[in-house]
Amino acid sequence: MKIRHLFLFIAGVLALPAMLLTSGCKPKNIGSAVEGDAAQKVYVAPGKYDEFYNIVSGGFNGQVSVYGIPSGRLLRIIPVFSQFAENGWGYSEETKPMLNTSHGFVPWDDSHHIALSTTNGEHDGRWAFVNGNNTPRIARINLKTFRTEEIIEIPNSSGNHSSPFLTENTEYAVAGTRFSYPMDDDDSNPDVAINTYKQNFKGTVSFIGINPENGEMKVSFQVLLPGVNFDLSRGGRGPSRDWFFFSCYNTEQANTLLEVNASQKDKDFIMALNWKKCEEYVKAGKGKKSKVRYAHNVYSDKTHTGTSTIETETVVLDPKELKDIVYFMPCPKSPHGCDVDPTGEYICGSGKLAAVIPVFSFTKIQKAIADKNFEGTFDDIPVLKYDAVLHGEVKKPGLGPLHTEFDGKGFAYTSFFVSSEIVKWNIEKLEVVDRVPTYYSIGHLCVPGGPTRKPHGKYVIAYNKITKDRYLPTGPELTQSAQLYDISGDKMKLLLDFPTTGEPHYAEAIPASLITPGSVRFFKIEENQHPYAAKGEKEAKVFREGNKVHINMTSIRSHFNPDNIEGIKLGDEVYFHVTNLEQDWDVPHGFAVKGANNAEILIMPGETCTLKWTPDRVGVFPIYCTDFCSALHQEMQGYVRVSPRGSGTPLTFSMGNKAEPTGAVK
Amino acid sequence: MKINFLFRNILIVLALVALTNCTNSGAEQQSAGTDAAAPAAAGQSAVQDDMSQKDVVKVAVGSPDHTTLVTAVKAAALVDVLSNAGPFTVFAPTNAAFDKLPAGTVTDLLKPDKKEVLQDILQYHVAVAVYKTDMLQDGQVINMANGGNVTIGVKDGKYTVNGANIVASVPASNGLVHVIDAVLLPK
Repeated sequence: MKIRHLFLFIAGVLALPAMLLTSGCKPKNIGSAVEGDAAQKVYVAPGKYDEFYNIVSGGFNGQVSVYGIPSGRLLRIIPVFSQFAENGWGYSEETKPMLNTSHGFVPWDDSHHIALSTTNGEHDGRWAFVNGNNTPRIARINLKTFRTEEIIEIPNSSGNHSSPFLTENTEYAVAGTRFSYPMDDDDSNPDVAINTYKQNFKGTVSFIGINPENGEMKVSFQVLLPGVNFDLSRGGRGPSRDWFFFSCYNTEQANTLLEVNASQKDKDFIMALNWKKCEEYVKAGKGKKSKVRYAHNVYSDKTHTGTSTIETETVVLDPKELKDIVYFMPCPKSPHGCDVDPTGEYICGSGKLAAVIPVFSFTKIQKAIADKNFEGTFDDIPVLKYDAVLHGEVKKPGLGPLHTEFDGKGFAYTSFFVSSEIVKWNIEKLEVVDRVPTYYSIGHLCVPGGPTRKPHGKYVIAYNKITKDRYLPTGPELTQSAQLYDISGDKMKLLLDFPTTGEPHYAEAIPASLITPGSVRFFKIEENQHPYAAKGEKEAKVFREGNKVHINMTSIRSHFNPDNIEGIKLGDEVYFHVTNLEQDWDVPHGFAVKGANNAEILIMPGETCTLKWTPDRVGVFPIYCTDFCSALHQEMQGYVRVSPRGSGTPLTFSMGNKAEPTGAVK
Repeated sequence: MKINFLFRNILIVLALVALTNCTNSGAEQQSAGTDAAAPAAAGQSAVQDDMSQKDVVKVAVGSPDHTTLVTAVKAAALVDVLSNAGPFTVFAPTNAAFDKLPAGTVTDLLKPDKKEVLQDILQYHVAVAVYKTDMLQDGQVINMANGGNVTIGVKDGKYTVNGANIVASVPASNGLVHVIDAVLLPK
């Protein structure tokens, strides 16, 4: 190999003066890693669509982004937990309630994991769930509109990382505490010394019930657990459908320098939890009612408005009293990923500091529980014997195993952060069959349908942290990236490398055919129940309520009605309620006013959005459309006149070439 | 080894010619001499960057006492691994430490069919965490990347790992290098 490289390099160098640019200047591994026909395999010609939607968490940007696969084209950024000035999410009056929490308005979060709704363990294309890691929340995105429809805060939780994974029929989404924290008898967060972790700190996992009809969420019950870090989780499927599995690290219960102190033990745990049994205990009244405060925010496509409600009660189950709901299984070295194979029989724990991948058998777990084959207890919770529940270990698979996805053909694909590779292995035989380098520092990975009973297979997508060997430098920070590999053959083949917005954590991919037929093209104007909607130009009006001025305004190619407004006075709060009258696909209008301290808004066809504006000075201010809508987009503009406090300028509004102001003033 | 050496020399000779023709070389031209071996292993480790703090691999490459270790790390294909974000603690045996092994051991380990054995040994020198000496305690057990454990000794202000002396500690961008005077063999 070396000799071949040498000759190639010399040849490249010698050819340089003539060719100016040759492969001699490029990193060789990329050139040789990609097959000659890779570009053709990812090219989607005009008139054609991608085969899959790839729905990707945005990490620190708090959003979700959507890519087409195999092209890797960015299709949309869906604002979820973070304000998005680009379209007014979290700035408009209608969407501000969506970011309400028990801590007040929290306009950002850290979104890590996607879970697509399933029926019988298979993708159904209804909803995408995503967790907010920081101020514990779960959001539900409607895949008909690709918009955030609901956000629920998780009480009794800190650091909602092992979330929002789902049960097989989307009965529940889960939420587990990464940060255990002190909880007293009232489940409040008391003021105690941090170094009393072992005595005072508790963890919880929460089950968020999902209404099968409309997807609405509620905190159904919570399970009180010892203070450790819950990391990732997966619902069982098929035979294991009544169970949920959570990886746990820091079973050392350290409260400082976890880098060292949480790596002391040879084994931490995978927790197996029987949610069906929990459900029975809740029904039987075995839970304890706990006083809490959490926000539940729901957006309506009819009123085009979000509503935030503060809830005050939850039900907590204590496994110290209910002995048969939770068991720990030893798992080597700070397990991160905890993934269930499509058959539901195998649970793979990826200890990020382990030199093996342990694979647990659901059948053996059941037998060990029945036989009470325990090696001891951890905070009164039974710990099953490792050997009794183990299907086997994949030996020396790579360094730093993180996450595993499945192709439905008996193979698993595990990402390795430290050795920067994807390793394909046979689940039954526990044998490594292929490995490919990723460039570099892969975290999560995604096989379309990988976490379902019927994976769609075809590709594995790597989500990588470091790109400095191949993306042009952009100052101290470089883009994160995804890499698409073909897994249709025996060997994985790199096809494409595409950048991602934010930092991709977990992602799912789903066939477009499950989503596109139901995709909403516009909102029906006659169904618009927004209280300030102007459902036709004749309904446009301006009226005053004390110092509040409401402008019920319409937009249609290529004007606003009204577009001349006078009589606003300094000290007024102005509400521009803009209704987009278009009933056509992909014709949003934008609305912006000079000096707005919040954002612009983008209004979808048939929708009403409200921008609040508090003028800070006297004068005439332009308004205009910010979303290029037609050949006369640049003509889509108007003026708002602001007069001094106490001025006698009457409140008037007009549109068109009329000499006199039109419209009655209320 | 010979080929690698030859390759390096040829590269140095050709570097100037090559770099004046590369569009992306720019400011890195002056660094071509020091990093000339890198393109052979192209990848993350080949990124030309003389401004940032050195990672654990570059620390070892820059040490005249660690040429055997560097050769072994390359033969075991661990260069890119150790250029990773880490964090790593690398216990780095000196050339003299390798020389203490029975004659022929190193040559044997560098053979392609011994790659897995070599990887196991080298990964036994790497922990995925930063263990500064002030955090080490006598009798402390540290889990290493190969899955094995080492035991730390602290006596009279001197630190040992499995009995090998830590003779120096060098901070790196992605961790820490503790220079040791004996090769650690997995138990």
